[in-house]
Amino acid sequence: MAAVHGDVHGHEHDDHHPSGIMRWVKTTNHKDIGTMYLWFSFAMFMVGGFLAMGIRAELYQPGIQILQPELFNQFTTLHGLIMVFGAIMPAFVGFANWQVPMMIGAPDMAFARMNNWSFWLLPVAATLLVGSFFVPGGAAAGGWTFYPPLSTQGGLGVDLMIFSVHILGASSIMGSINIITTILNMRAPGMTMMKMPMFVWTWLITAYLLVLVMPVLAGVVTMLLTDRHFGTSFFNAAGGGDPVLFQHVFWFFGHPEVYIMILPAFGIVSEIIPTFSRKPLFGYSSMVYATASIAILSCVVWAHHMFTAGMPTVGQLFFMYATMLIAVPTGVKVFNWTATMWQGSMTFETPMLFAIGFIFLFVIGGFSGVICAIVPIDIQVQDTYYVIAHFHYVLVSGALFALFAGVYYWIPKWTGHMYSETLGKWHFWLSMFFFNATFFVQHFLGLAGMPRRIPDYNLQFADFNMISSLGAFGFGLTQLLFLYLVIDCIRNGEKAPQSPWEGATTLEWTHLPSPAPYHSFITPPIVK
Amino acid sequence: MRSKLVATLAGVSALAMYSSMAVGSKYNFPEPQSIIARETYDMHIWIMWICLAIFIGVFGVMFYSILKHRKSLGYKAANFHHSTTVEIIWTVIPCIILVVMALPATKTVIAMKDTSSPDMTIKATGYQWMWGYDYLQGEGEGISFYSKLSTPRAQYENKAPKGENYLLEVDNRVVVPVGKKVRVIITANDVLHAWWVPALGIKQDAIPGFIRDTWFTADAPGIYRGQCAELCGKDHGFMPIVVEVMNADDYSKWVAAQLSASTVKTSMHIENK
Repeated sequence: MAAVHGDVHGHEHDDHHPSGIMRWVKTTNHKDIGTMYLWFSFAMFMVGGFLAMGIRAELYQPGIQILQPELFNQFTTLHGLIMVFGAIMPAFVGFANWQVPMMIGAPDMAFARMNNWSFWLLPVAATLLVGSFFVPGGAAAGGWTFYPPLSTQGGLGVDLMIFSVHILGASSIMGSINIITTILNMRAPGMTMMKMPMFVWTWLITAYLLVLVMPVLAGVVTMLLTDRHFGTSFFNAAGGGDPVLFQHVFWFFGHPEVYIMILPAFGIVSEIIPTFSRKPLFGYSSMVYATASIAILSCVVWAHHMFTAGMPTVGQLFFMYATMLIAVPTGVKVFNWTATMWQGSMTFETPMLFAIGFIFLFVIGGFSGVICAIVPIDIQVQDTYYVIAHFHYVLVSGALFALFAGVYYWIPKWTGHMYSETLGKWHFWLSMFFFNATFFVQHFLGLAGMPRRIPDYNLQFADFNMISSLGAFGFGLTQLLFLYLVIDCIRNGEKAPQSPWEGATTLEWTHLPSPAPYHSFITPPIVK
Repeated sequence: MRSKLVATLAGVSALAMYSSMAVGSKYNFPEPQSIIARETYDMHIWIMWICLAIFIGVFGVMFYSILKHRKSLGYKAANFHHSTTVEIIWTVIPCIILVVMALPATKTVIAMKDTSSPDMTIKATGYQWMWGYDYLQGEGEGISFYSKLSTPRAQYENKAPKGENYLLEVDNRVVVPVGKKVRVIITANDVLHAWWVPALGIKQDAIPGFIRDTWFTADAPGIYRGQCAELCGKDHGFMPIVVEVMNADDYSKWVAAQLSASTVKTSMHIENK
């Protein structure tokens, strides 16, 4: 139908794309691909969330009730891998697909066919990961960091995980090259680098980080694979290797990875705060420099994950100082957001609530980050629930809250419908409450000495574990509300105006109707 | 209006919870029992206070702004968007704060790495899933034994009531004398483990094929419990560490008893390797 009308109307035409399932299989349209990325990541979020519920159900009280230790370890391992590689990263790539072309005034991504391929690799990788639960020996159980020699011991599940990581890495690298090329070459006339929206800047820097570190991960998992099957001894002391080498190479990937998951979140928040403060972003150029500094510093701090592995005094001190230094550009960002809000004319729709929630909780995660950077304290809290609390504050109330903020902010542009503000607010406040119930108490558990990755614990940890589990169940259920809200918005939402947000200034709001037409900016806008 | 109230309440309760960490022991590190543990404990409290001050400063400003600078109160937006002076100030001040934090930390790091001239040396070896101990040097030299979880299976299968030291009790404790510098050499037999006793302020990964070391001097006699802190497979949660600190006389008696009985245990040790 739409295709027929499209020919008549010319300008907002829908092109001759196939309908039904083939539309999605063959699409090269950045909006379709963005949509698929977002739905895929939400599906993975549900799977990872299910695993989290299993973990928290087992930890609800002392004793082994639901999950035997082997299965418990598989749950924690796959929860981490699925959330990091299946949920958070693809969700941000989905945002990049939808938003980067529209925000820089480009008609599509630079490599449209490759874009399709980057996405369709993901379901394959996800199938390997999730399917590994059903092979003999079960899924990988060595933690999401899969340190050898433990991961050398595992069964077929570990191999499936390795291949899955290879495929995910290939997908990420292609996606990143696409984003870099699009941003560098396809900006509308007049949009200089220093006029790009912050979201575009943060993604440009993130994409460079991805291209830098994903091959390192691919290398290290390949070494693990050859150690497992082809008689090499990269990580086996008996053959002249070193298990700690794995940790160094893994974290050389792993720490920038942390920033890969948070820099685009900074970008989303940097779009939302000015919009709802009705005031330009404070310190735009210092935001750009801070993002770049964080990216560069993130490449020289990896060994702070390994303070208990034992390294020379000078090594410990270097990695401690470098890590602490990251607090400076991160602080600059928080101060800039605060200054943006200062003397604004603020309203508090759901995107703004999630953005403020993000800043509030991310800063708590930042503080516990500084505390973890201090070597003597880190040696105490390393591999305890304190660290679990710390990185869930930056990944859940950091990355995930920013993703929610972004969905609420841009869903009117994507679907042409408004979401229910009442349900959105419920989603925010329930998420906020249950998130803190789940993770705040884990700081105490860690300090008091509860190690992570254990299926059972001493009675002294019982109270906080129960609170944490109840919080987690609440948090999990709350996300079903989000699913309902999104479906309700697509089906029954009120018609959205071109710009439902008074303070929005980026191109997708100023130049495109809602929903954004299937092909936008076929003639580029002129940016002054 | 309601959301404003909730936001304020959330802020206040988060602050209250954060500051309470400095008070009750349930919310903090266990009572420190060695110089390194004490320095770590104090450093943590002191950095928490700095963080709390910054937290109040930043969110004081932000929440004031959220309460006052809102459209519903008719507040008109200003249009400033940068100030080089302010930006330099809030880059430099955090740097200074970090230096202040790093100084005591550096001192402790250097102290904790100094394993020279110990009074005695014990080797701890991680196995899937127990610890092996060999007294290598000092009083007790030659003692060697394994240390396994002693909590009965029925307790974690929920068939019997759980005791006070559930999952934190072993058949053979590591015994050391009070006030002596004990160097612990740590390695593993199969996969990574980590030897961790919170009250003594030490945690060190046990790496198969490599040797790492750490040290402690226990301040007071007592029993200090810890757990393996590096995922090592199925029973990672079931290989605790228990250190019993005795005064010099009791320790000598323990050593004598062990040495007279140790012939049997040592031979078993060799067999198992």
